[in-house]
This record gives sequence, C-alpha cells and structure tokens, in this order.
Amino acid sequence: MSASLDFVGVTHGYGGQAVLDGLSLHVPEGRVTCLLGPSGCGKTTLLRIAAGLERPWSGRVLLGGREVDGAATHVPPERRNVGFLFQDFALFPHLDVLDNVAFGIRSGTRADRRVRARELLGRLGIGEKAAVHPHLLSGGQQQRVALARALAPDPAVLLLDEPFSGLDTVLRRGVYEELRALLGQTGVTAVVVTHDPVEAMILGHRVVLMNQGRIEQQGTPEDLYQRPSSPFVMRFLGEANSLPAHRDGSEAVTPLGRYAAPAGDGPLQALVRPERVAVSPSGGRAARVVSSVFLGRAVRLHLDLDGTRLTAEVPADRPYAEGESVSVRVEAADMRLFPAGSERD
Amino acid sequence: MTAAPRRIGSAATLAVAAFVALPILSVTWTALSAGLGPQWAHLWATVLPDYISGTLLLSLWVALGVAVIGVATAWLVTMCRFPGSGVLRWALVLPLALPAYVVAFLYTDMLEYAGPVQGALRDVFEWRTRRDYWFLEIRSLGGAAFVMTLAFYPYVFLLARSAFLEQSHDAWEVSRTLCDTPLSAFRRVALPLAWPSVMVGIALAVMEAVSDYGVVSFFAVPTLTNGLFNVWLVMGDRAFGAQIALLLLVFVVALVTVERRARARRTYFALSTRSRSAAPVVLRGWRAWAALAACALPVLLGFVLPVWQLAGLAAGYDAEPGAGFAATVARSLPLAAAAAALTVAVGLGLAYAARLGLSPLARAAARVASFGYAVPGAVLAIGVLIPFGAFDRAVGALLLSGTVFALLSTYLVRFLTLSHGTLEAGLQRIRPSLDMAARTLGRGAVATLGRVHVPLLRGALLTAGLLVFVDVLKELPATLVLRPFDFETLATSVYTLASDERYGEAAAPALILTVAGLIPAVILSGLLGRRAGAAEAA
Repeated sequence: MSASLDFVGVTHGYGGQAVLDGLSLHVPEGRVTCLLGPSGCGKTTLLRIAAGLERPWSGRVLLGGREVDGAATHVPPERRNVGFLFQDFALFPHLDVLDNVAFGIRSGTRADRRVRARELLGRLGIGEKAAVHPHLLSGGQQQRVALARALAPDPAVLLLDEPFSGLDTVLRRGVYEELRALLGQTGVTAVVVTHDPVEAMILGHRVVLMNQGRIEQQGTPEDLYQRPSSPFVMRFLGEANSLPAHRDGSEAVTPLGRYAAPAGDGPLQALVRPERVAVSPSGGRAARVVSSVFLGRAVRLHLDLDGTRLTAEVPADRPYAEGESVSVRVEAADMRLFPAGSERD
Repeated sequence: MTAAPRRIGSAATLAVAAFVALPILSVTWTALSAGLGPQWAHLWATVLPDYISGTLLLSLWVALGVAVIGVATAWLVTMCRFPGSGVLRWALVLPLALPAYVVAFLYTDMLEYAGPVQGALRDVFEWRTRRDYWFLEIRSLGGAAFVMTLAFYPYVFLLARSAFLEQSHDAWEVSRTLCDTPLSAFRRVALPLAWPSVMVGIALAVMEAVSDYGVVSFFAVPTLTNGLFNVWLVMGDRAFGAQIALLLLVFVVALVTVERRARARRTYFALSTRSRSAAPVVLRGWRAWAALAACALPVLLGFVLPVWQLAGLAAGYDAEPGAGFAATVARSLPLAAAAAALTVAVGLGLAYAARLGLSPLARAAARVASFGYAVPGAVLAIGVLIPFGAFDRAVGALLLSGTVFALLSTYLVRFLTLSHGTLEAGLQRIRPSLDMAARTLGRGAVATLGRVHVPLLRGALLTAGLLVFVDVLKELPATLVLRPFDFETLATSVYTLASDERYGEAAAPALILTVAGLIPAVILSGLLGRRAGAAEAA
C-alpha cells in the first residue's frame, strides 16, 4: 500500500528559531529517497513532520495525495499509517521479538497477527529469534526487528532516521547492502535521513541534499556527485580541490589551463575531485610531488603546481618519490567552475 | 506531540493544582478575612508566644540533633570500615519504620514513675517516693526533641550517605594530600560538598517536627500544631485557628525555600563524571569501638529499645484484642489501599501529562501540585474542612465533611508529591523514542500509556503505592480532625489508647504500623544500596 509523500511550503522550528524555511519536496512512490545534509539542516525535523510527531508552523503535507497537515488539519501519528525506524530502534524492552513486531498490526485475530509477524521475521532472516527479548540481540538483529515492526502494519511510507547510527562501524558495511536489498524487496516508499553521503548513495534511488532548512540539490546519486549545482554540494558528497580562477573573455584561466567559463561576469572558483586529476610523466602542467601516501588501491599525492596546492588520487601502479617532477591534467568535463561566493554554509 | 491529548493533559494538571491549592487558599482566606479581633490581643498576650517559641525551639533542637547524628553516622559507615559497619549501613535507616508518636509513648511508658527504669532505680537505691530523687522528665520540650531526633535523623543519614558516595575518590585523595589530617579534609572538602544534601535532610526533618501532633500532644509541648488543635477543636475558635494555621504555613514556606535552594545547589555540586568512590579507611583498636558505639547508639535508642518494649507490651497484654481492634484493621488497610491507588493514579496522570507536553500555565500549575507534601496534616485538614463544610451547609446535608471522601482528598493532596516524584523519575528512564514508536504503530496517547509505560513502570508503581500506603497508615493529625464519627484507624487508635495510658492495648496496632513502616525503610536503603554497589563497581 505504498504511497507518495509531498511537502508544500513547510516551515517549522523550535523556540522561535526556524529550522525549515518554506520547503517543498515530492517523494515518489515505491522508491528510496535519502535526505542528506549536515547536522542541524532540518532533515530529521522533516522526517518527524512526515510522521506527525511534529506539527509544522505552516505549509502542507500530503500522504498519497491526502492532506495530513494543513492550515486546519493535523492527523496524529497513530492515524497516518507511517512506519518509523528510530535511531535507537526503540524496541519495547518488556515484549519479546514476536510481540514487538505484532504490536502495530491491528487487523485480524491475535493468532493472525502473530502469523503475520512470524512471516515477516522469517523474511528478514531472524525467525529463530521470535521468543527472545530485545536486550539479548546484537545491534544488527535489533535493527532488523525494528524494521520488521515498522513494516508489519503495511505502512504507506517507511521513515528511517539515521538507521545506521546505532550500529558500530565494523558492522555497518555489511548492513548497508542488506538494508538496500530489503527495501528493494518490499517496494515500500522509504525516506532515509542520513548525514553520511556514502550511506545516501548506497541506499537512495534519489538523494535530496539539504542545507540550512532548504534543498540544495536533488536527483540520482550520480547527478549530485558528477554534476553538483554548487560548491557546497560538491564538497559535501566528496573531497574537492579548490583552485583560483579568473575570467578572460568567455574562458576561465586556472593553474591547470583554460576552460569554458559559466555565463556571467563575476569572479570564479574552480573545483576538481582528487581522483579526476590525471598524473603522468609528461603532456600536462608541470608539478612537484610534495608527499605521497599509499592507500592500497590508490596513492594519494600532494602536489605543488607553481605555488598552488593540489591533491590527486592515482592508481597505485608505481611509487612516487618526494620532489619528483610529474605532469598533471584535468579534463574539461571534470573541472567544475562556479561563480565565487556562491557558497552558503 | 499532538494537540488533543496535550490539551486534556494541561486541563487535568490545572484541575489537580486547583484541588491542591484549595485547602491552602481557604485557610489563608479565612485567616485574613477574620481580621484581628479582640480575642487575638488576648491570645497574643497569653498562649501565642509560647506556641511560637515552642515550635522554634523544637525545630532548632531537632535540626541540631539530626544534623550531628545523621552526618556523623553517614560519614563513619561510608568512609570507614569497623566491626559491624556493614550491618549498620542499613540498620541506621530502621528508626524510619517507627512513627514518632509510637516512640514517644514507648519512652513515656519506659521512663515514667511506674515504669521499669525508675522502678529499678528505686529498688537499687532504696528510694521510697517521688521526692527522694530527681529524674529526667520525658514529657517536655527536650523529650520531644529527643524522640523526634531519633525518628527523623534517617532523612539526613540517607541524603548525606548518598552525597558522600557520589563524591569522587580523586577529590578526597587530593584533599588528603593538601590537608594535614583526615578530620580537616572532612571539614574543608567532604562536608562542604555534601552540605546541600544535608540541608535538604534537615529541612525535611524539621518539616516533620513542625507538623507533628502526636508527640507534642503526649508531652504537652506548646507548639503551633498543638495550639491549632487546642484553638480549633477544644476552644472551637475557627478564625483564630485559621490564623495559627497561616503562621504554620509561613513557617513551612520558609523551610520549603531552604529545601529547594539546597536541592538546586546539590545538582550543581553533583559530579558529572562517574568515578570510583573513595577507598574506605579501616579503623582499629579504640577508634573502631568508638565508631561502633557512635553508630549503634541511634539504632539502639531509635529502633531496638522501642521495638523491644513494644514487643514486651504486646506479649504482656493478655486480654482479648477484641472486636474493636479487628474493625480498626479492617477499616485502616482498605482506606490506605484506596488512598494509595488514588494517589498513584493521579500521580501517574500528572507525570504522563508532563511527558506529553504542557501549556505554559499548566507547567506552572504542576509545581503547585507538588507543594502538598510540605503542608502540615493539621493545616491541610482544616483547609479541607472549611470549603467542604461550606458546601455541606449550602446543600443542607453532610455529604463531604466528616466522610471518607474528605479523608481521601486530604491524603491525595498530602502524598501526591511522593507518588508523582517516584513515577516521574521512572518515566524519565523510558526513552521518548518508545512513545513515538508506539504512536507511529497506531496507538493513541492513552493506549501507549497502557501498553508501553504501565508495564515498564511496574516497579515504580509498586514503590509509589507502598510508600503512600504506609504513610497513610501512619498519618495522624489530619485523620484525627477529618475522620467520620466513631471511625478509628490504626494511627488514631494508637494515639487515643496511648493518650489514655492504655499502653498494652496500644501495642498491637503500633506493632502493625511498625512492621508496615519497615517497607519504605527497606525500599529507601535498598535504592541507596544499589547506587553504592554501582559506585563501588565503577
């Protein structure tokens, strides 16, 4: 019973301080949308509004086209049919796993509800834990029980608040892909809040990057990573070198050469990702290796380009010596040019 | 969370606060509207100065007594090891089990002319009459202070001990390297750090002393509470009674202010980091025996001796306990159980309403709702009588005053803080995400309370219920004023029988009260013991 979720001009905050500033967003049905952003950007507030745990100051929220928040409407959380996966999983300590999962199922007899709960636990691969109390489970198992509990009432939208923050780092890697597969399997509309771009890119069909209560950019993970609309987006999704640039007619002059400049006439800044800096013996701009760090799959080089510092990540096919002279080059498609001062932090 | 439960919660909180404020306001109104009539000048010239100085002197002696005994014993059993220190750590709480008026009548029985102590002395020294010797008079202000110190020092002991347990090992060791003796380290570091907690304990003990009616009435000590009974019940002067009650309220407000300030400073002093508690000093030789004597004496005088005496009285009383006693038990226990259930239900409602979120007005009202515990039972009783009596006169029938309803209302106002505080602390240990999880899983605010909070709060609900149950059983002054005609509870029957010097008959109900009183003593020392265990394990 998947449904779409819409926010229209939502403004909300705490103690007179606005956290969300007239935000509008469409969350498509049956897909995973990640709300990504630094802490305090309003992403968790947006999630809590969707669940009905907060009532927005103004704006509307629509669930499957039905208004659940508006000027005169506020549907309480218990009547919204949304599932919520909490950071701390919020499993009921006095109930065993099966009763936790059956807690939200309202239809059918007690036996029916237990059958449905047991079936969900089996599908999530923790059927044998049905009679166990939550405190005896590992973090990963707790997460799966919490997910089963949130899915059990067949919610229109599943909301996940930092689903991995309750797990230790070693455990996380394996769980990312597992959760991605589970969400894909159920076909539920899901909204995942995270501050980690890697998590967002693994889980999200769509990524919505937020900053200071507004949406900076939304699209597929590739869109955001390859075609960032602002220096903020580019820096948030991954490391970037910042280079001086100035206009010369329709071109931008950078220490790495001339590139087509964006329209306008203001000052510019140039950004390039370290793995997009090509290093070769000759054929580009001359640079000197200041230091090199071996990372296994790659080598990280700190380069000096006539006084400009540049970081490059290159395949680890040969060692680099300090002071060695190399040649660097960046393709036009990889050099991102933005009007200077377009950054909001 | 959502609007409707929050509005209902705020409204309910306001209603409870109004109910708690009603007796206090009606006392104040009656006292002020009566004005200062001619009899005021007369009473001011005769009895009132005695009442005031009696209350002040009693407070002073009790404050000194509980401070010295409570701090010294807490320090010794927490920071030192000596023979018996492990047993004394919990035994020092036991005097809390005995109501002060029971201790008072037992000491009277022991020390009066016909009692065992004076009898033995007369035998030994061959004195014949009262005029042959001098013996200390327990029926005096000093005697009352002695009895109350024994009954109330555990408040200071418990709070001081938990403060000493919270002090860090490091602070103590640093102070030992900087101060020349352990005693000076205690005086300059440990005691100042624990002082806010000690002040809270002293304030609670003095509140009890000021509100007490049983002891001061046995010993005929003129205090404001004793005076209130005389003026209101014996002389039948309602207006002047209300004015004495108002004086008592002023006194109590001062004590509450001291207590709340001390509590605020206590949080400030509390350690944020978990740290090992200090390693205990092992005492040897005469120091060990002195420590044992110092800590055993309050337990002997405040618990062992009175209970011994009580058991002897009960065993020596050979007449049939009679139907009266059975009826008293059959009335007292259900009354206390009903009061406990009511108080726990309202306390849970208040705590849960605060969790759902309150309007600013209701938040202020919630503070009023926790004021009842400080108001002396006698003041509360007449504060309930005034509006209930007015209602009954208006209706023309005895519907409210002199009924069990009036008693239950008074117990609710008086003991609400106890249940509310216990349940609030219990709720705070439940993560808010559990509430939200239940709500998003389709349960409303009320269903969430029933299916998530109540099962998780089982321990706290039981503790709160037991604490209120025992306090209601022991409650004397309000019950004396408000009980229906010919209605005896365990507490009032102990009081009436002991007032008639029928000590043997009073022993059985007093014994039941003592056994019941052991429950909160065990709960309180158990709570502290768990914390001590945690501190030592860390």
